[in-house]
Amino acid sequence: MHELSVVESMVAIVLKHAELNRASSVKKINLVLGEVSTIMEEPVRFYFEIISKGTVAEGAELFFRRTPLMAECVTCGEQFKVIDYDLTCPRCKSNESKIISGREFRVESIEIE
Amino acid sequence: MEVEVLEGIFDANEIIAAENRRILDEHGIFMMNIMSSPGAGKTSVILSTLEGISKEFSCAVIEGDIAGKVDSERIAKTGVPAIQINTGGSCHLEAKQINTALKKLLLDGLDVVIVENVGNLVCPAEFKLGEDLKVMILSVAEGHDKPHKYPLMFSESSVLLVNKIDMIPLTNFDMAQLKETVTRMNPKIKIFEISCRTKEGIAEWLDFIKDVINEKKKSENNPTESTG
Ligand SMILES: Nc1nc2c(ncn2[C@@H]2O[C@H](COP(=O)(O)OP(=O)(O)OP(=O)(O)O)[C@@H](O)[C@H]2O)c(=O)[nH]1
Ligand SMILES: [Mg+2]
Ligand SMILES: [Zn+2]
Repeated sequence: MHELSVVESMVAIVLKHAELNRASSVKKINLVLGEVSTIMEEPVRFYFEIISKGTVAEGAELFFRRTPLMAECVTCGEQFKVIDYDLTCPRCKSNESKIISGREFRVESIEIE
Repeated sequence: MEVEVLEGIFDANEIIAAENRRILDEHGIFMMNIMSSPGAGKTSVILSTLEGISKEFSCAVIEGDIAGKVDSERIAKTGVPAIQINTGGSCHLEAKQINTALKKLLLDGLDVVIVENVGNLVCPAEFKLGEDLKVMILSVAEGHDKPHKYPLMFSESSVLLVNKIDMIPLTNFDMAQLKETVTRMNPKIKIFEISCRTKEGIAEWLDFIKDVINEKKKSENNPTESTG
């Protein structure tokens, strides 16, 4: 629901790196979007088109790499894919695990000219 | 040419959240962020909490709403300073808005800031404000299946207040089922069953929150022990 402000931040990051690299245009934006992020692809595309208008990022292709929700067991170190948000370690049954991916939304790289 | 960026889109918010936290730590102020869907009882919980702690601690409230100032007026009636933030359609509070609100408060001598987030079970979970504690409220009328639908909120919060337990007889709410699901998602979460109407369970919540506030005050007096 909050994609507008999020896309503003995203475009600001892209334009900053485009300028740092003296890009005349941004062809593609590679994004990483975690499985359980509240961000949805469609509204991001929608707002991107509006917000990027008139900038060097206008017309860039958006590529989303989706990452699964993964956790690491604090007790035994096992890394596992979290299913149905159950954080119990499948190896040692400990319930002390921390989430290591699946929530992120970041700009991985941009392809520029 | 491909250029590596590796920047999180929430980084800007998190930098400001960390700055808020620094300001609060410097003054030994404890901040909690109260989140729930519309009408689950955020303002009622804040009023019950103020009733229980405002003699002991100096408190202020930051109210986040899409529009209006109904809730900040409810708070101001108690004599506790309340700042209203209108998000103008946005579905959550961001660290920048809290930063502005903190600048309007007299921080010296203040012990506690309570933030009422915008009524929404999804988006507020994603935005750090610089708080010490994230508290979510689920009212029994919403049903015990909500953790499956809104997992991020349940896994991000440190405390779950199950509110309106006076209404359980009118519903098919299954408390044991709720606790089992939530604990599997978030083994460290603290769950309190409360009613802001009958005040059942409020005393346990107040005991807990007073302890946490006192911890923070202690760390102000001994800054080297601060855990952040
Ligand atoms: N029966 C019962 N009603 C309650 C309880 N707590 C709150 N309410 C009622 O629920 C309604 C909503 O409570 P609020 O405290 O305004 O809820 P809120 O989450 O602040 O609502 P928004 O700010 O609009 O999102 C009010 O009519 C309250 O009187 C409770 O424990 N039991
Ligand atoms: Mg309210
Ligand atoms: Zn394990």
